[in-house]
Amino acid sequence: MLVLPIILPLFFMVVLIFTRRWLAFQQHFSLLATVILTLVSAFLLMDIQENGIATLQVGSWIAPYGITLVVDLLSAIMLVTVSFIAIVIMIYSPGFIDKGRQSAGYYPLSFGLLMGVNGAFITGDIFNLYVWYEVMLTSSFVLIALGGSAEQLRGSIKYVTINFIASIFFVAGIGILYGLTGTLNMADLAYKLRAAGHIPYLDGALMLFFIAFSVKAGLFPFFFWLPASYHTPPIPITALFAGTLTKVGIYTMFRFYSLFIVDNTMFWKAFILVIAGLTMTIGVLMAASQYDIRKILSFHIISQVGYMVMGLGLFTAGSIAGAIYFMVHNMLSKTNTFLAGGLVYQRSGSYDLKVLGGLYKSNPMLALLFFVPAMSLAGIPPLPGFFGKFFLIKGGFEAGDYLITGVAILVGLFTLFSMVKIWNEAYWKKETGTLPKGKVSRRAIASTSLLALAVVLLGIFAGPVSDITLEAARQVVLPDLYINAVLGR
Amino acid sequence: MLFLFALLIGLLYGAAVYLLLRRNIFKLVLGLIFLGHATNLLLFVAGGLTSGFPSFIRNIPGEVEKMADPLPQALILTAIVISLGVTAFALVLVYRFYSVTKTVDLDELSENE
Repeated sequence: MLVLPIILPLFFMVVLIFTRRWLAFQQHFSLLATVILTLVSAFLLMDIQENGIATLQVGSWIAPYGITLVVDLLSAIMLVTVSFIAIVIMIYSPGFIDKGRQSAGYYPLSFGLLMGVNGAFITGDIFNLYVWYEVMLTSSFVLIALGGSAEQLRGSIKYVTINFIASIFFVAGIGILYGLTGTLNMADLAYKLRAAGHIPYLDGALMLFFIAFSVKAGLFPFFFWLPASYHTPPIPITALFAGTLTKVGIYTMFRFYSLFIVDNTMFWKAFILVIAGLTMTIGVLMAASQYDIRKILSFHIISQVGYMVMGLGLFTAGSIAGAIYFMVHNMLSKTNTFLAGGLVYQRSGSYDLKVLGGLYKSNPMLALLFFVPAMSLAGIPPLPGFFGKFFLIKGGFEAGDYLITGVAILVGLFTLFSMVKIWNEAYWKKETGTLPKGKVSRRAIASTSLLALAVVLLGIFAGPVSDITLEAARQVVLPDLYINAVLGR
Repeated sequence: MLFLFALLIGLLYGAAVYLLLRRNIFKLVLGLIFLGHATNLLLFVAGGLTSGFPSFIRNIPGEVEKMADPLPQALILTAIVISLGVTAFALVLVYRFYSVTKTVDLDELSENE
């Protein structure tokens, strides 16, 4: 059961590689495949809610020797969210991406990406995690360059270079950590670190990991590659990246922090909170100064990632639960705003706020589809962004860290400002009159509405969902549960 | 031996950073390759250096403890394959960039249209 989220995408990918000629088949099959993936992940989530953390020792090699697959609630929540986003993207893509790109391998590559992402969520082995990261990144390298326009090539070179360097940091960290402890199994590592107390040079290895993951997650000061490359590919690809890739980095940080930070906790807490504050502030300020919809949204990813890391830095059950809820909300809302931006592009042929205008009057539907996720990101009740921020800020006050909490509230204000900026420029202001009137694909509208509906539902059912995230947070805060489940103690 | 390895790794990292900071885009790829090699060596050294006892070749009971650790070697093998794949992709990407823009200058990457 546990291998299904990895094996299924692999199977789907192979099928799609061999059926590249039949475009219609690819479109329908991909949709069906993502629905299956979502069902499997949802089943896993329910199973874990009932029976606790599930583990699988691959090839029956017991824990520290073989590769262990572990799914706890946090992993399961992430699996479900990612596969749901994949459904939406698969409905959206045929209506947006040109035929050339679609038959050049867009579908198989997307499943390669999903396999990597799911693998990273499930694995319990640190080197295996690196391999899944590479599966995910290599697929994303090709996806971002797919089509090969000059602009895309410029973006891809930056993207490939910086991600390769980050992977190098990751591997170097693994090497040093293995030299220090002699094990690669995450639970076993955590156990050994707890037994050993202080290990010299350990913080060096952990810092290498931190750099690697903050590059992937887009934290200050390593985020510049993100807005420089994310706006270049067609919008469904950007939306898929925005919804999944950076969050894998955050997920890994949660996992590592919970398992490996036992020594020097004061330093790490302060360090992560400072980084979180800088990330959200600088991200949102840079977003406010942009005029391309995709760039505003890209800078926003960074600012929002700061919130999640803030929840991690506080490291109480309440704040982690808030961060997990916020992560789910952000994956949905962020993807949704990008897709809504794509609708604008189909309608008017531009992403530039200076030339756009009048969309509220001419297409109220498009305006509504942007309004819902944008207000959610800005944190207006009863949308999920409000509850996410509320849980985080409540966690901050409970932990007594007033400074970072104040920063978070202030950044929320700026977020509202930059969302209102898109709203005013693209939808509210008078039509400029020079734009072509493109036809918006029905599939694109349908999928964006589906996602917007999911956002609203996440807000309405904030109570039950936050119960699950609180339980997931408990597993993160008390890593003994994870360690014992894997090592069978 | 350890000192020599440390020197070599440092040299490779230094060369890699130097190449990454060049303006020529092919040197960028070269820098990435160097970076990969330096890290593979780092992995090898961090796993502990053992001379004269290759793993699994001489299976004498009681001498297993002295045997070289096979795991870092397996990790390096995986890392080499991965960096080979990424390098191949990066080369194609850079070549494509060259054929589209007719330049190897990294300054062309900035977007002041």
